[in-house]
Amino acid sequence: MRDSIWIGTRKGVFALRPDSRRRAYRLSGPQFLGHVIHHVVQDPRDPKVQLIAAKTGHLGPTVFRSNDRGRTWKEAAQPPAFRMAAEGEKPRAVARVFWLTPGHSSEPDVWYAGTAPAGLFRSSDAGDHWEPVAGFNDHPMNAKWAAGLATPDGEFLHSILVDPRDARHLYLAISIGGVFESTDGGRDWAPLNGGVAADFLPDPTVAFGHDPHRVEMHPLQPDRLYQQNHCGIYRIDRPGNTWIRIGQAMPKKIGDIGFPIVLHPKDPDVAWVLPMDGTKVWPRTSVGGKPAVYQTRDAGRSWRRLSHGLPEKDAWLTVLRQALCVDAYDSPGLYFGTTAGDVWASPNGGESWRRIAQHLPEIYSVTFAI
Amino acid sequence: MPSMNCTVKVASPLRSYTGGAASVTASGDTVAALLADLERRFPGMRFRMIDEQNAIRPHIRLYAGTREIRHLADPMGEETVLHLICALSGG
Repeated sequence: MRDSIWIGTRKGVFALRPDSRRRAYRLSGPQFLGHVIHHVVQDPRDPKVQLIAAKTGHLGPTVFRSNDRGRTWKEAAQPPAFRMAAEGEKPRAVARVFWLTPGHSSEPDVWYAGTAPAGLFRSSDAGDHWEPVAGFNDHPMNAKWAAGLATPDGEFLHSILVDPRDARHLYLAISIGGVFESTDGGRDWAPLNGGVAADFLPDPTVAFGHDPHRVEMHPLQPDRLYQQNHCGIYRIDRPGNTWIRIGQAMPKKIGDIGFPIVLHPKDPDVAWVLPMDGTKVWPRTSVGGKPAVYQTRDAGRSWRRLSHGLPEKDAWLTVLRQALCVDAYDSPGLYFGTTAGDVWASPNGGESWRRIAQHLPEIYSVTFAI
Repeated sequence: MPSMNCTVKVASPLRSYTGGAASVTASGDTVAALLADLERRFPGMRFRMIDEQNAIRPHIRLYAGTREIRHLADPMGEETVLHLICALSGG
């Protein structure tokens, strides 16, 4: 497998490639030095293709595409952009392209992008031209769903998920806004936040306004979704409409707050999270300065700590929502990047860790490519 | 009346679009027309400076000579040099 780990940072793109035994990693890059890179995503339908969500200093947001596994890149001819506002309407302009998702296997040139402020965009020509998805961006409820309750870094649309059984069945998440579902290819949408806490709102029973940090659908069991939320870890099994707070089974002194969650590619009962301190003023660093990954092997009924090789103390790491990934091996490896520019790898599902890069810029995303 | 030819001074972050050139020429009587001409010749350049609502992006500054441009419809007037500036800030 010609695998590589792609690192999107606040200052450019880097790649890490393992030797044949996956012991040593060779760092390459930076490419796009000085560009803000939120996501680097390979196309599973055509692995030569990768897309990058980029912003450059104070220049506008854009998307770059590679047809040769990241050696050369070409900018999108028409990057994601909202339609021109009608008279009297609040104008919306994409500040950053934040998230990229390849479309369904039956639609080989389709991609989706999520932006800040929250917008959903679709390309039907492999990322060269992007169009707003009017069914979401102009939905009668959009102004309430994407109300501009921005997180400190802006209001993001992320976790765009395509049901592998049905190209018309989509999910997306807005931080802050909640999880939403479409069953008609994006023409209409409905909130899917039942059971999710929204501790920061006066009415905890609201239908939307939640803060999902990352949502994942299991590829082999697409009715199962996991969510790391601002207010806990959740699982839902469709057609149910209520999320279950599986984070309640986490140790109380660790809590169930964090940004990323990733799933075992073959086992729908296995997931990993990277808890962060969500107490008092929400420092969002490793709890107690002792970083650890937690794994469930029973769909969230129990969790176990995986920290062998990680710093045992005095390590106040922050790992953002796109910065933890799992590779494609049957016994998968895990990788995460910190806002302090370190990359950590575990070749054995989190059982042991070692640092494979350091001193990189602030890491926004870590993704696996074959 | 033929459109005016202007010199456009290009800030370094935008020179990937002009083949590295710090100075190019463009034709137009208004800033909007000049930017449209630039976009024809250097596709993608305009959107990095001007958003989809035709607003000049934050931290991007356009000057006709020494006069700051706030609206794309502004005429160039007697000025023959358009400066495209990225006002860097942050770390």
